[in-house]
Amino acid sequence: MVDIFHASVIILILTIFICLYRVVGGPGVENRLIAVNTVGTKTIILLVLIGFIYERPIFVDIAIIYAMINFIATLAIAKYLRRGCIC
Amino acid sequence: MYLLNAIALAFIFIGLFFMVVGAIGLVRLPDFYTRAHASGKCDTLGEGMMLIGLILFEGFSLIAVKLLLLVIFIFITSPTAVHALVNIAHSRGVVPWKKGDERK
Repeated sequence: MVDIFHASVIILILTIFICLYRVVGGPGVENRLIAVNTVGTKTIILLVLIGFIYERPIFVDIAIIYAMINFIATLAIAKYLRRGCIC
Repeated sequence: MYLLNAIALAFIFIGLFFMVVGAIGLVRLPDFYTRAHASGKCDTLGEGMMLIGLILFEGFSLIAVKLLLLVIFIFITSPTAVHALVNIAHSRGVVPWKKGDERK
């Protein structure tokens, strides 16, 4: 089962590299933002899988905190783009 | 126990498939709105599938409860974030792609 987790981690890292193409070369700020949001979503899975591979349950808590920070960061950047300030 | 591991493996593979399809759609599709569609749907479903597979592999414990909370949180927040970004793009004047236009 651990081998399958290793394979899943490798496939997810390749997927993150595919998404980084859109982060670097995407036209406009919206394409970059949606690619960054996708990379953050994949990173949550990556953290949980690392916790399962090395048998450290603390990584699940880190994944929960990362999900919250990802959501709030996306909303804050969206608000900044609409109003020009975070207020 | 063996059957439960097999079901968990099936869930993990289906989730990986959806995440790879979402990433390919993020690169290949021609427009911002279609990219948002690929990213929002495929990522949410793939992440939920993979976490449910890990819950089945783990069994009933505190970690499974935390993972279930993570699944519920992501099913609420990920489409909300994508919807906010699409709303911003619409108000900034990104025009949708029509058939015959070139890719942007």
